[in-house]
Amino acid sequence: MIEVNQLHKSFGQQQVLHGVDLQIDEGESVVIIGGSGCGKSVLLRHIIGLVQPDEGTVKIDGQSIANLSERELIKVRRKFGMLFQGSALFDSLTVEENVGFLLEREQKMSPAAIRETVADALELVDLGGTQVKKPAELSGGMKKRVGLARAIVYKPEIILYDEPTTGLDPVVADSIDQLVIRMRDQLKCTSIVVTHDTRSMRRVGNRVMMLHHGRIHANGTPDDIFNSNDPIVHKFVNGIADPKDLEF
Amino acid sequence: MGRSAENPLKNAFASFGRVSVLFLDTMRAIFAKRFRIRDLVEQLHFIGVKSQSVVLLTGAFTGMVMCAQFYIQFHKVKMDSAVMSVVSVAMARELGAVLTSLMIAGRVGAAMAAQLGTMKVTEQIDALRTLATSPVDYLVAPRLLAMFISLPLLTAEAIAISLVSGMVVAVFLLGLDPVFLWSNVTFYTWSSDIWMGLIKAFIFAGIIATVACHKGMHCGQGAEGVGKATTEAVVAASISILVSNFFVTLALNKLLIYQE
Repeated sequence: MIEVNQLHKSFGQQQVLHGVDLQIDEGESVVIIGGSGCGKSVLLRHIIGLVQPDEGTVKIDGQSIANLSERELIKVRRKFGMLFQGSALFDSLTVEENVGFLLEREQKMSPAAIRETVADALELVDLGGTQVKKPAELSGGMKKRVGLARAIVYKPEIILYDEPTTGLDPVVADSIDQLVIRMRDQLKCTSIVVTHDTRSMRRVGNRVMMLHHGRIHANGTPDDIFNSNDPIVHKFVNGIADPKDLEF
Repeated sequence: MGRSAENPLKNAFASFGRVSVLFLDTMRAIFAKRFRIRDLVEQLHFIGVKSQSVVLLTGAFTGMVMCAQFYIQFHKVKMDSAVMSVVSVAMARELGAVLTSLMIAGRVGAAMAAQLGTMKVTEQIDALRTLATSPVDYLVAPRLLAMFISLPLLTAEAIAISLVSGMVVAVFLLGLDPVFLWSNVTFYTWSSDIWMGLIKAFIFAGIIATVACHKGMHCGQGAEGVGKATTEAVVAASISILVSNFFVTLALNKLLIYQE
């Protein structure tokens, strides 16, 4: 279970999170939505311990990770897999080395077993046979898939997706959504998807939270959010700009 | 940004503290063998093998130019045969280590900062951390250890090639007697002189790798951030080498010379 209590974070003069409270149960698939720059990715980075909060706590299965050292966090992060917005593949390594990175580092499996596990993970994201390619040879959608294979290959308990469909064409974005759903249903792990793609939100989430002005502004099922009468939520899910923003 | 501009001294001390913490953390990773041999070998190749042309040219032309310059002065007092012994002592005690380190700071330090900086801005360093891998173990430890091994060897190579090239200039261009030159070189160059150069190179190796990795891992966003980190890495490492060289010289003079 993931618990976030009164999370505050500032970068210089800019306060990004103003007291975020949320709770995500095991096996849930939660989508966090919100406008660009509202702090969705920062919240996700707090959950995996990549950023330390100014105030507040983040608990993973009851263990507070807010004040752990980098070495202590390594053990906690073993529970997580994360798909980055830009995929963040290691460009000096091949697809196979990227996906099998953690397995090779842990040295608990033989090289042959690692190769087989990596091949299975690549099959799961429909990229079988790409093992010897370098990230530079892949398209944006393929990179996301390899990033996803790398995040799931060691069977984490929690998968974090940071803007998984951003920058992709609608067809490729749809295929990534289908993969997220496949991971959720096949691996039975907890999923947290950060996105501002409302179509994606409706498909992959069991629950949706909207982050606005550094706090959780709305929390409910995708239907609750889409049918909400709250003006902020209504404007966001229907893509309606504030007239003030249109004054150039 | 604003705070650093307001208080540069405080910022410099804070940077020194962060670099020191990184160095200690990396040393712990090295002693605990938390790095892959394959990465170490790759770095040895990158630092040691690929720096050959730079080091050979630096050593050769420094030896040659020093020989030509010293000859002019020494010839006035009829001490021609002492030219190469001065070249030898100067290269062994000072110039071999300092010039090689400055060249390596430019070639390798810049590359390290740029590589790690690019990894930072493309979230590859964060990806490492999410894959339960410490960037210090995976990225910094093999670079620092490879630098510790390579730089003293490259310095020894630069000293050796400077002597050879200096001898060539002295004998074939200036017409000096090679037997007198060499006997003076071996008489005036002590083992402590060579040790001094190698110890300095070892210390400078730690400075270059740690400063470059720190600048890369903490660079700003985008291409501008990587460019700035690269420049800062070379400047900070070069200045640190020159400043620390004075204090290291004083300390080593006490340790190596006065004991003899």
